[in-house]
Amino acid sequence: MSPCFEPITGRYLKCQLLGKPHRLYIEEAGSGIPLLCLHTAGSDGRQFRGLMNDERATKNFRIIAFDMPWHGKSSPPAGWQDDEYQLTSRNYVDLIVGVADALALDKPVAMGCSIGGRIVLHLAHEKPERFRALIGLETAAFTAPYYDLSWLNRPDVHGGMVSAGVVSGLIAPTAPSEARWETLWHYMQSGPGVFKGDLHFYMVDGDIRPKLGEIDIRRCPMFFLTGEYDYSCTAEGTLAVAEKLGAQATIMKDLGHFPMSEDSNKFVGYLLPVLEKIMAL
Amino acid sequence: MLDHLAHLVNADAGLVRRGRFVDTTFLIAIDDADTLVRVQEGRIISVTPGPFITPDYSFALRASRSVWEKFWQAKPPLGFTDIFALVKQKLMRVEGNIHPFMSNLLYFKDVIAMPRGEAKR
Repeated sequence: MSPCFEPITGRYLKCQLLGKPHRLYIEEAGSGIPLLCLHTAGSDGRQFRGLMNDERATKNFRIIAFDMPWHGKSSPPAGWQDDEYQLTSRNYVDLIVGVADALALDKPVAMGCSIGGRIVLHLAHEKPERFRALIGLETAAFTAPYYDLSWLNRPDVHGGMVSAGVVSGLIAPTAPSEARWETLWHYMQSGPGVFKGDLHFYMVDGDIRPKLGEIDIRRCPMFFLTGEYDYSCTAEGTLAVAEKLGAQATIMKDLGHFPMSEDSNKFVGYLLPVLEKIMAL
Repeated sequence: MLDHLAHLVNADAGLVRRGRFVDTTFLIAIDDADTLVRVQEGRIISVTPGPFITPDYSFALRASRSVWEKFWQAKPPLGFTDIFALVKQKLMRVEGNIHPFMSNLLYFKDVIAMPRGEAKR
């Protein structure tokens, strides 16, 4: 009997990011236009495994998902024990461009969810020439804190469990149970303080409202997809961004904040028309 | 709406197991009507309707009746599916010593949502 491998390959990439050597874990599947996937805060590239197993997407796109440093199987840089992890807009943009360079990608498409859905706006603002197109999943220009973030990293509360508890309600109630709990498992496995450190970008540093008017989607086309059950990056928040930019946005029925992992089949149904438009660019 | 809370929670072995370290009393306020819920090792030991003169509890969840009614529908409307969705919209207050709540968030979210199961029947 031959082994039943999925079409995804996983490897470690040695690269220099933010001035330090890193060993980054990367998964990819498919061939064609490079599609660089950016996971949500406090999670990792496993969120895109359904997409990478979907031939409708992989037949024309080389889908690549990397675990950000500190996330998944990408360890923090040496000396991390003396730092508090805190993601900033500057570091996040440089990190994504650094990974694209290290992989020698020629004008990839970048698709990010949540913090990733926000950073694509920063990419469009700062580096539009580097990308063929940008796809924002669960994009809002800003989300103010709606709970005390200090609960996410303190010794008397299990960080994985509280992180999963915080995000659990962002998953659509219609999501299949197995996918819901797989999505939460990724959060439960997050390192101490990593989700909180990512949310520094999401809820403090990454506010891009003042710069939205400076984004020109003629330089880099943008597309937005948001799940209707997402109360963190709301449909209204996405539609406001899309209207301001003159970009196309679709609100996805029966999906929440983690469309690619909570119901990948349904999500790909919404993504395919966007991918077709990108192929025609 | 809370009449069968104890039965619903205690009949769910997985949920009781998830809350096996929970030992607290919390308060649910529907408009001005208070109810104290006593939890021991994940099981609901008592559900006591007020009024109370000096209620003793760790944390309280306060919302209007119309908000709770939407939250407890078998298929809640958008924006009413989760406690944090209500908190973000300022439709619910979570107050007091919220340490037991935050450190057992997946347990309490499902406990509070239990009356939805009753709405389905």
